[in-house]
Amino acid sequence: MQIKELVIISGKGGTGKTSIAASFAALARNKVTVDCDVDAANMHIVMNHDIQRKKGFKGGKEAYVDPDLCTGCGTCFDHCRYNAVKMIDKLGKDKAFIEDISCEGCGVCVEFCPEGAVTLIQQTSGEWYISNSSFGPFIHARLGIAQENSGKLVTLLRLNSRILAKENDCELIIIDGSPGIGCPVIASITASSMVLAVTEPTLSGIHDLERIVELVKGFKTIPLTVCINKYDINIEITKEIEKYCAANKLCIVGSLPYDYLVTKAQIAGVSVVEYTGARIALSIKKMWRKIYYSLIQ
Amino acid sequence: MIIAVASGKGGTGKTTVSTNLTYVIDEDVCLVDLDVEEPNCHIFLKPEFEYSENVGIPIPEVDIDACDFCGECGKFCEFSAIISLKNKILTFPDLCHGCGGCALVCPKKAIIEVKKNIGTVEKGRSGNIDFIHGRLNIGEAMSPPMIRETKKHIETGQLTVIDAPPGTSCPVIEAVKGADYIILVTEPTPFGLNDLALTVEMLQKLKKPFGIVVNRSTPDCRSVHDFCLDSGIRLLAEITNDRKIAEVYSRGELVVEQVPGYIEVFKRIYREVLDDIDKKIDNNIFRIKE
Ligand code: SF4
Ligand code: SF4
Ligand code: SF4
Ligand code: SF4
Repeated sequence: MQIKELVIISGKGGTGKTSIAASFAALARNKVTVDCDVDAANMHIVMNHDIQRKKGFKGGKEAYVDPDLCTGCGTCFDHCRYNAVKMIDKLGKDKAFIEDISCEGCGVCVEFCPEGAVTLIQQTSGEWYISNSSFGPFIHARLGIAQENSGKLVTLLRLNSRILAKENDCELIIIDGSPGIGCPVIASITASSMVLAVTEPTLSGIHDLERIVELVKGFKTIPLTVCINKYDINIEITKEIEKYCAANKLCIVGSLPYDYLVTKAQIAGVSVVEYTGARIALSIKKMWRKIYYSLIQ
Repeated sequence: MIIAVASGKGGTGKTTVSTNLTYVIDEDVCLVDLDVEEPNCHIFLKPEFEYSENVGIPIPEVDIDACDFCGECGKFCEFSAIISLKNKILTFPDLCHGCGGCALVCPKKAIIEVKKNIGTVEKGRSGNIDFIHGRLNIGEAMSPPMIRETKKHIETGQLTVIDAPPGTSCPVIEAVKGADYIILVTEPTPFGLNDLALTVEMLQKLKKPFGIVVNRSTPDCRSVHDFCLDSGIRLLAEITNDRKIAEVYSRGELVVEQVPGYIEVFKRIYREVLDDIDKKIDNNIFRIKE
């Protein structure tokens, strides 16, 4: 059995991507759910879960200068392309000091320091978790504050989700991807089976969608489907998105109405489809059915 | 002075705040859109662009005739962006951070650096506002260098409003690093609050003064207010949940131009920011430099 991976993304955050992904997790049978939006991990709020295993994530490295060895020659300062080295006067002597938020961990300063005063230190950049949720296995993470390498963490989460899916005989992995078009998004969609882009009927929404579409097109083999969330905020722009999708041969699998109960469901800590009375639930269910059948085809 | 507008996640109204705020400032002001993955400010300010420049980062190119496959470059690279095999060198430009290390360590001087285009910086004007934005090429993974290059176009001394990318990782840090003050925009939902807490932690780590604007505020959801009270953070303003704002936004227009009463709202945000900066400098809570 081949495992299918569905990734839900959006050009920008706040389009309802996570609410939709969590609803799919509630609706789908036999799946692993992954929150790959590691910069703004929110899915755990609406997934009733117990953390089973917790692991550290080693991300990048950062340089550290031993002040006792540093003679203040400034070689590291001259070579660092990220302005991470500050020469600071300590008791009348200049010493190099590395500003951690600017250091890329490239190692150039380490290589060229004549005194061997600089070392690269591996940073623990976050934690990731395997949980049992009411909807089956759930993988999520917390990236440390001001840490880099979110793309690497996404790749790690996806790798583990595949292992978990195999162990549990799951046919499906549902991935809450990250917003934007940069490294965490690329890591979220690489080698997936289908991408669902959630958009809103606003001019910026269209603009962001166009950029996402172009990004996914670059992956050639991955089918891209579109969901218009809050389609009723601006019917005119919704029509424009429909036209754009038709012209680009993109299938709109669902148009969801604006529903304030989405926020109420968040406050209750459940997905929208579980929250009673949410009229949006019916539309999400319909959309899910469409996606599911085209996935298993 | 540089004021950056940021938010833990997208869609909270960050761009609404940055564009409308810039519009109501009666001074020589520049808006810089550093949300280079999805720049949107131009949709609202509709600037006329007068200048555009391609941005590149240096990546290695190997002169295979000079190379003796000693492997030093691959051993050095922390990002596995260059690998030396028995009779060829592989480079992976997508992984390269442009540190220049491989060229420096190559004993045969076989590596030269060439520019790889990653995006475009555009400059223009919208009314009295100077406008700059950076636009990352689609398929490019790394936005920090793009942000860094766009930032270079900021005139020192000019009052500048930055629209920062969302999140708490490398792109937003690069965008807010040089700012004197940060306005955090959030919405009073559990997702919003969760992201806000992470962003606050980030700004405290960066030792930056900041205040909070609650967008889509409703009388029954006070979670952000409680958060501000508990952590002693200044609540700069509340923007009520008004369907009119959503409509104006969806059409790509400015709230201050379209809905009466909002000029005052945004002017007040600006006054609050100035006041908060004064207080924080006076009390020496944060020393503003850079
Ligand atoms: S190169 Fe080494 S000795 Fe020279 S300033 Fe840097 S850390 Fe100090
Ligand atoms: S490791 Fe690289 S980025 Fe960090 S301080 Fe050294 S030269 Fe600069
Ligand atoms: S360091 Fe220079 S000579 Fe050695 S393998 Fe790399 S490119 Fe070739
Ligand atoms: S420039 Fe730096 S990151 Fe790029 S290949 Fe060379 S050593 Fe690696």
